Amino acid sequence: MKLRTQIVAAAIVTAIGGATLVAQQINGAGATFPDPIYQKWFSEYNKANPKVQINYQPIGSGGGIRQVTAKTVFFGATDGPMTPEQLLAAPGKILHFPTVLGGVVPIYNLPGVTTPLKFSGPVLADIFLGKVTKWNDAAIAKLNAGVTLPATDIVVVHRSDGSGTTYILMDYLAKVSAEWKSKVGVAQSVNWPTGVGGKGSDGVTGQVKQTPGAIGYVELTFALTNKLAFGSVQNSAGKFVTASPETVTAAAAAAATSIPKDFRVSITNPPGDNAYPIASFTWLLLYESPADKTQGAAMVNFMKWALADGQKFAPEMGYAALPKAVVDLELKALETIKVK
Amino acid sequence: MAFKSTRPDEIVFRIATGAFAVLLIGLVAAIGVELYRQSQLSIKEFGWQFWQTDTWDPVAGQFGARPFIWGTLYSSILALIFSTPIALGIAIFISELAPNWAKWPLVFLTELLAAIPSIVYGLWGIFVLVPVVRQLEVATPQWMKVIPLFSGPPLGVGMLSAALILAIMVIPFSSSVAREVLKSVPQAQREGAYALGATRWEAIRMALFYARTGIVGAVMLGFGRALGETMAVTMVIGNSPQIKWSLFAPQYTMAAVIANEFTEAGDELHLHALIEIGLVLFIITLIVNMISRMFIWSMGRQKRPRVAQTAAVKAAA
Repeated sequence: MKLRTQIVAAAIVTAIGGATLVAQQINGAGATFPDPIYQKWFSEYNKANPKVQINYQPIGSGGGIRQVTAKTVFFGATDGPMTPEQLLAAPGKILHFPTVLGGVVPIYNLPGVTTPLKFSGPVLADIFLGKVTKWNDAAIAKLNAGVTLPATDIVVVHRSDGSGTTYILMDYLAKVSAEWKSKVGVAQSVNWPTGVGGKGSDGVTGQVKQTPGAIGYVELTFALTNKLAFGSVQNSAGKFVTASPETVTAAAAAAATSIPKDFRVSITNPPGDNAYPIASFTWLLLYESPADKTQGAAMVNFMKWALADGQKFAPEMGYAALPKAVVDLELKALETIKVK
Repeated sequence: MAFKSTRPDEIVFRIATGAFAVLLIGLVAAIGVELYRQSQLSIKEFGWQFWQTDTWDPVAGQFGARPFIWGTLYSSILALIFSTPIALGIAIFISELAPNWAKWPLVFLTELLAAIPSIVYGLWGIFVLVPVVRQLEVATPQWMKVIPLFSGPPLGVGMLSAALILAIMVIPFSSSVAREVLKSVPQAQREGAYALGATRWEAIRMALFYARTGIVGAVMLGFGRALGETMAVTMVIGNSPQIKWSLFAPQYTMAAVIANEFTEAGDELHLHALIEIGLVLFIITLIVNMISRMFIWSMGRQKRPRVAQTAAVKAAA
């Protein structure tokens, strides 16, 4: 009996000791899209700084914005910038910090077609609007001279769950197609004019793989890790660009010259020969004047690490690193956070 | 109340269990009230239009639940049509026909179906069932495609896949309850039927007749289960809000749209509309469960001798 009491006591002491060792517990929640790299960052950062432990719940951008507004978490994360109304609804000023970049790529299933297909913004918009319904439509054939396209029906596969991936594609299509802008619009979930909805990227991929003639879209990270073939997209300079971490970074670099101070900017359809047009930042949301100053200071330190060392993890995980110009602007913005 | 005791421990026991029962009623009421409160924006904005319109457009802030109500009811009813004969067959075989050594493994296996998580059903649906359904759809002859029930391109995902998955998921529920109900038919009923010269099939028919309300209750219980199923359905139904008779058409259910859009719904109205969908689902499930309970109660309250007589007479006739 006595031994058991001692063991229990020892366990309690260790538990308390362990709790004091982890000086900083910071909780965040939000977008699912950057979740893999955030988890990697938080665990790497914890290895280098054992006193800071950051927990992240990938509950979705909408949930992240709601929770950071309600202050149930210390920081939020989102794939689409907060709207002016959402910013007004928050109890304090919220700052956006781009962390990495992601691209969205068109995937398709056309038996017999081995050369990667080329798409343009307007053609993608017409396909997803249900106006181009056959693969051998003149609009697609014109972009893909030399490729024999079958007369298969196009089956559109989209995300059924609200998603930052959808948001990025919608943002792009609305820029290149006036009809898309007026008929469908831009959001995480939209009223799709045609097609079937798959749940999650794996749902979309599964559906595309099984349906001859299907076209869908997934984030670049997903396509790279699952070794999916995807088409190239014509950018605003008229060049066909295949998505890769480099071409996505190029998109951000092209947009960096005109980036607003609050970083709430869409970089789809940017200028630049090498820029992939369907790309976006993903943001971390922090209060300008955090309630808990020590957590605030720890988070600022983490952000500095993420913007420098953290960026190295991006390409290997299929994300694109931020261009230096954006990193410099962000380091300046981090100084404005009131940690004292 | 002849059994009412005045002993203190009896009173405490009665109050304690009574409190739990009241707690449950309170819980259900609280869910209803909370769903109503959290969907105020949408209720004020759309009123009854919410039940009657077809557009679901988060960008424009237009929300109508009718395609989701349709999809939920249609898929659940189809699932019942597929599952009821199978579930009843299993129940009858286990309770009336199976040799003793086969009973236990059969009961175990049907109940095992109930223990499989629905995400596993969903994945199985995507990778196994949907391709098979697509083959069926591709093989559908052109003259059949003229019938609205079979129109549309062969996508694999859609109402048929969803109804089949639901049917498989519902079978263990309705067959277990149906088995219990059949078990509750007094042995004397069967013996009486045999004594009057009934064949085995006639005796079983009599038992089924005796247990009919309970069996309907079992089926309704499965229906309630099908209404609320989310994950497996959303993975195979195609998630397209439209009202179509076609089994091949992608459609949508209430539970699926909540699961799909809730996490990313940033806009207040969108959120409230999703919670109102939850309220609609809650109301419909409540009604279905009430009906199923009423059937089971009515069975319990039936005057046995009369039914037994008519049943036995019919079976013998």
